[in-house]
Amino acid sequence: MSGRVHLGMPAFPEAAASATRNARLRGNLSHATGTIRAKRAQAVAELSDWDALRAAGAAVKDRTLRHLDHYLERLEEAVTAAGGTVHWAADAAEANRIVTDLVRATGETEVVKVKSMATQEIDLNAALERAGIRAYETDLAELIVQLGDDLPSHILVPAIHRNRGEIRDIFREEMGRWGRPAPKGLTDDPAELAEAARLHLREKFLRAKVGVSGANFMVAETGTLVVVESEGNGRMCLTLPETLISVVGIEKVVPTWQDLEIFLQLLPRSSTAERMNPYTSMWTGTTDSETADGPRVFHLVLLDNGRTDALADTVGRQALRCIRCSACLNVCPVYERAGGHAYGSAYPGPIGAILTPQLRGTASELDASLPYASSLCGACYEVCPVAIDIPQVLVHLRERVVEGGEVTVRGQRTTIRPARGHAAERAAMRAARWAFDHPRALLAGQRLASRTRRLHPRRLPGPGRAWTATRDLPTVPAESFRDWWRRTRNVRGEARGEGGGR
Amino acid sequence: MRVALFVTCVTDTLYPGTGRATVDLLERLGVAVDFPLAQSCCGQPQFNTGYRRETEPLVRRHVEAFRDYDHVVTPSGSCAAMVRENHPRVAARGGDAALERVATEVASRTYELSEFLVDVLGVTDVGAYYPHTVTYHPTCHGMRTLGLGDRPRRLLENVRGLELVELPAADQCCGFGGTFAVKNAAVSAAMGADKARNIENTGAEAVCAVDNSCLMHIGGTLSRRGSTVRAVHLAEILAATEDGTERAAEDGTRRSTR
Repeated sequence: MSGRVHLGMPAFPEAAASATRNARLRGNLSHATGTIRAKRAQAVAELSDWDALRAAGAAVKDRTLRHLDHYLERLEEAVTAAGGTVHWAADAAEANRIVTDLVRATGETEVVKVKSMATQEIDLNAALERAGIRAYETDLAELIVQLGDDLPSHILVPAIHRNRGEIRDIFREEMGRWGRPAPKGLTDDPAELAEAARLHLREKFLRAKVGVSGANFMVAETGTLVVVESEGNGRMCLTLPETLISVVGIEKVVPTWQDLEIFLQLLPRSSTAERMNPYTSMWTGTTDSETADGPRVFHLVLLDNGRTDALADTVGRQALRCIRCSACLNVCPVYERAGGHAYGSAYPGPIGAILTPQLRGTASELDASLPYASSLCGACYEVCPVAIDIPQVLVHLRERVVEGGEVTVRGQRTTIRPARGHAAERAAMRAARWAFDHPRALLAGQRLASRTRRLHPRRLPGPGRAWTATRDLPTVPAESFRDWWRRTRNVRGEARGEGGGR
Repeated sequence: MRVALFVTCVTDTLYPGTGRATVDLLERLGVAVDFPLAQSCCGQPQFNTGYRRETEPLVRRHVEAFRDYDHVVTPSGSCAAMVRENHPRVAARGGDAALERVATEVASRTYELSEFLVDVLGVTDVGAYYPHTVTYHPTCHGMRTLGLGDRPRRLLENVRGLELVELPAADQCCGFGGTFAVKNAAVSAAMGADKARNIENTGAEAVCAVDNSCLMHIGGTLSRRGSTVRAVHLAEILAATEDGTERAAEDGTRRSTR
């Protein structure tokens, strides 16, 4: 079962470097992201008011986050009034404990799952497994990941790193161990693969008494939860089982149905490049009728797990606007080459690089390397449907890594020390700053470099090797611009402000 | 109109030909340019790597050097973006309201070269002559932060003798990213290789951009691959005229000269 975990993974640069050497992975990723990238651009271009929608989405999220306590309490009241039960989980362990206890109380030993990022984040499947409960993923890509004893590598398309041939092999070899085996003679034809998954999953849907889901949105005014999806597996899990347990991050609340309207336009176009996703399921509490669809017992587990700490950071909090569309992954040149696994988290790509270090902190080498997993090209910010300025947050988190400072950890203001392993870099940055703050010294350095230009090595030792392994160095010119200006414009002696200090 | 050239540390130290070309071009268009010697670096390497406190003195130096000018022109998209977007932020985060005010003023008068030509001087034909096939790479900060749009392209289209060819996947980052180029060297190199391949496939003799730091990475990658394509800054193309003041060559910094 889900034997893989993110713990103990190497820092991003090492994992990414090995991914760049995997030609098949790069081929799979560049094909998949390239296709969805073009489709998204087209779907967004259809709407003349996209910029206004995007601004509205950001504004609604910001306002809701500013009054998060208020809206969460309204949500709790509404869910309770509609027959549901609300649980509050401060962290992953508490959420896992609550869900495990709720499943145990039903007497069941298996659950069907709707694709959910929150349950990936807390590694719920592993926790249930330890309690002897089998969780069956029913989203096609999550099924591929689960059968392949693999980790998701994309928010929307968890098996994006797999191609058709690999999926066929996984189905052939693994389906039988989990239930109905793959049909004999299965090929890599997408329709055949989908049919194999459909047959395999059907028996799970019909047998399951407990469903586990996340939610894309929670409407505070009525206590309604919303799941948007493409395959219909979510609809099955949300309507057939008697008991439904939804684990949802606290930032997923929106105040009203009118607010929801904005996001139901922003999300499908940004994620699957569709005008509207095929299935939008909404449920409010429980149903007590024998014939009606929907759960007769409903539990909502509200998950914090670092979110209120992120909320306390005035720059970083914009990451909580995220609606998990994955547009930023699809346009990211670094994600395209590094793949999702290198990010060591349920949240890969640009959003993961700003979310993970806020939810988990920057203490581990991996988490401290994530804010640097970007060339700051800004493509992510450009496509983000809720206008998260990802480059700004990346730089902000880099500052936290190298300079330390005040952060909030489990509600307490704490001063953290700079991350280890940056001493040489810090010294170099300081030296460069000193030289740049003393232009006369800079000039002297430029002149020395010019005089010795014929002696400069072509390949650098130490950290410089990272540059010269694949790139030639520029040759130092005979004369810097500064010197040329002084010579040709007859500047003599020291000009104002040139010496340094003030 | 008092116009200052903010040449940037990379151009000053490694690509002075771009600085001289910018001066030539502006003077040819009748603009008297000054070069305040107190200038140095905008602090982008420090800031983008997370060293905000090391950046603050450089912001202070920059605004002191340039505060008395009507316009500040720079041949770098990313340095212009640093000044415009981040200098006021650095000052604000440092709690210096006076610095923030002046930084915001200087930022509002700072132009990347193509913006200055098109928006302030109102010219798209600068009288240049460059008889080569050229492809244009829009740098990320120029394209996304500054929103340069088609300004550089309009300037290039009016250069006599120049044939502009389309660069496939032009909007993809070249992979430089400052310290990213060494911190995540493998990914940076993979991005650079893809960019170089796309450039080579255009059949152009030169790749043009508005930023020497990106060109250092692109040119260094091309040169290591043994490619004959040159990396050339926009200013050097626009400064070139029929009587032969093509200046980039003497730097030799982006050719495979060794």
